[in-house]
Amino acid sequence: MSSRGTDSAYDVEFRTVTKRFGNLTAVNAVSFQVRQGEFLSLLGPSGCGKTTSLRMIAGFEQPDEGEIVIGGVDAVGTPPYRRDVNTVFQQYALFPHLTVLDNVAYGMKQKGVGRSDRYQRAREALELVRLTGREKHKPSMLSGGQQQRVALARALVNRPRVLLLDEPLGALDLKLRKEMQIELTRIQGEVGITFIYVTHDQGEALSMSDRIAVMSDGVIEQLGTPAEIYDRPRTAFVADFIGEMNFLEGTVSRTEDGEYDVTTAGGVVVRARGEATRGQAVKVGIRPARMRITGATDDGVVNAARAAVDTKMYLGDEVQVVATLGDGTQVVIREQRAGADAPHDAIRPGDPITIQWDRNAPVLLAETPTEQQE
Amino acid sequence: MARTEEVLESAGRRRRSFSPRYPGWLTTPSLLYYAIFFLGPLAILVAFSLATQTGFDAISYGFDTSQYHLVTDSLYVKIFERTLLMAGGGSLLTILVGYPIAYWMARYLSTYKLLALLLILVPFWTSFLIRTYALKIILDPHGYLAEDLGIDIMYTKWAVAVGLVYNYLPLFIIPVFASLERMDWSLVEAATDLGAKPYNAFRQITLRLTLPGVVTGALLVFIPMSGEYIIPNILSGGNYEFVGNVIGDQFASAQNQPFGSALSISLMIALSGFVALYILFATKEERFGA
Ligand SMILES: Nc1ncnc2c1ncn2[C@@H]1O[C@H](COP(=O)(O)OP(=O)(O)OP(=O)(O)O)[C@@H](O)[C@H]1O
Ligand SMILES: [Mg+2]
Repeated sequence: MSSRGTDSAYDVEFRTVTKRFGNLTAVNAVSFQVRQGEFLSLLGPSGCGKTTSLRMIAGFEQPDEGEIVIGGVDAVGTPPYRRDVNTVFQQYALFPHLTVLDNVAYGMKQKGVGRSDRYQRAREALELVRLTGREKHKPSMLSGGQQQRVALARALVNRPRVLLLDEPLGALDLKLRKEMQIELTRIQGEVGITFIYVTHDQGEALSMSDRIAVMSDGVIEQLGTPAEIYDRPRTAFVADFIGEMNFLEGTVSRTEDGEYDVTTAGGVVVRARGEATRGQAVKVGIRPARMRITGATDDGVVNAARAAVDTKMYLGDEVQVVATLGDGTQVVIREQRAGADAPHDAIRPGDPITIQWDRNAPVLLAETPTEQQE
Repeated sequence: MARTEEVLESAGRRRRSFSPRYPGWLTTPSLLYYAIFFLGPLAILVAFSLATQTGFDAISYGFDTSQYHLVTDSLYVKIFERTLLMAGGGSLLTILVGYPIAYWMARYLSTYKLLALLLILVPFWTSFLIRTYALKIILDPHGYLAEDLGIDIMYTKWAVAVGLVYNYLPLFIIPVFASLERMDWSLVEAATDLGAKPYNAFRQITLRLTLPGVVTGALLVFIPMSGEYIIPNILSGGNYEFVGNVIGDQFASAQNQPFGSALSISLMIALSGFVALYILFATKEERFGA
């Protein structure tokens, strides 16, 4: 990608951007690029620097170090009102004294668009977000979901280069959230504007984004497509933050033909595809759904472990078993069940079981994010 | 008004309808106090204004409207005009001086916010009269202001204006500060984000949303300014009379209570007009949920 793209292929580019508040480093030497028309999510736990990153793009905060390039031009020092970027605020920040239509037309009014023209375009924007018939109302008369749509229309109507969204669905109930997630992806597809979307909801990020940047403590741990992030997490943090993960710790005991073995303290041998350094202490992760319970097998078989069942739980079509390995590591196994499922039904707490997985299931995890560039 | 306030308001309304209703007669003591000590003097004033002067310090009650005819005499109409103009100008000056202070306190102070508010109120802890005399020292024709800076305004209407602003500033700052405190600053960010230059964002968002506070504060200072007589008396040296001074003269030296009362009632009616306008404004603001 980077070999083909020029600067202008990116709408937003962070170049080792650092932002401090006193002696707290909110964003720490972060670099990433956002492609034109992309839906990029910034995902991470509370306080990891998502909002700060977004506010630096909008121009409300200035970075202490590094450059922020918007549309190929260094934007540091440019005030928010001169940036071709609009924001959808978490609490919507609709102007309470203006009607819905005037709220949406506000940006165009600042740019000197004529009255009939801006109202015309504001109406179109409200149609795009599917909120019509409420033009003359004040924002306080609308429901949360409707206010959300107004906020979206107000930002989109200006056709910015980049739209920033800071947890825009945070205040909505689950059903409305799901609805708006679909709406947002539809609208983004329709207008083709680059979206940078802040969320701490991994499901939301996985389902909506082209790419996800997983942040932790002011740094980006991993940036990739939802599938990459989910299937090939690079660090234990990413693995743990996105979905559930079983961790096994051990030492690399063999490397051969693009495969490696990790032997745990309890003698379990994990054989997986990939590169590793022999003798190194490592952590591997295996998703609960990639493990399965089998009948007893012989000792010494790779990618198999004996365990004792702690709990068993039915989750409808799935059954979840929590078991403890010989060395005390607890693992979660989630298996599909089909109708009356005798082998699973027979499992009782305390039963010895054998867990197996394929060699493409384990992921080698690093402790700290390594420099990654596409 | 900010959204939060509306939320609070609707929450309050809801709570009110579920809370126990106290019997109305519990207000009787307050109403009695009000009737005796507030409406009483007012009634006496009305009676005075309709009475006839029968000699020095002697009147007979009746229904004599001649005093009101006298009020419309061009000399007195001029004094009325001057008073309302001065009070209006004083209020305007108070807005210009007070708004930036309130804005600075609400926006830029955090730890010292309450301390600043307290300091604003401190002058209220000393007598109005003494403070006005103190102001006289600053404005003195032989003081620093006059001799070193060339600002010699003592005994002019400008001195009166300075006195009005100085004395009533806190009364304006408090409600404006309160409305700025309720201000949701992310709205200003949203405006700049949408391309509003700082001045436009201030005018269209901050000032517009705090307008109810500004109007309340302005009325709160305009009314007492219109009734002022100490400040013009001390700072204009008698050169520049307000209606209040004329009224005071009628009661204190001329002993013409009917005319003094008629002037008072006339002033009250004039000011009621402004209050009516204010109520109109306030209900409009509320109805449209700004
Ligand atoms: N104006 C500020 N002054 C001081 N510290 C700040 C300021 N803004 C943010 N911080 C700190 O910077 C860190 C990152 O904050 P930020 O708002 O970017 O987090 P976030 O990832 O958006 O979190 P959340 O999911 O809770 O919104 C936090 O520790 C926060 O306390
Ligand atoms: Mg945030």
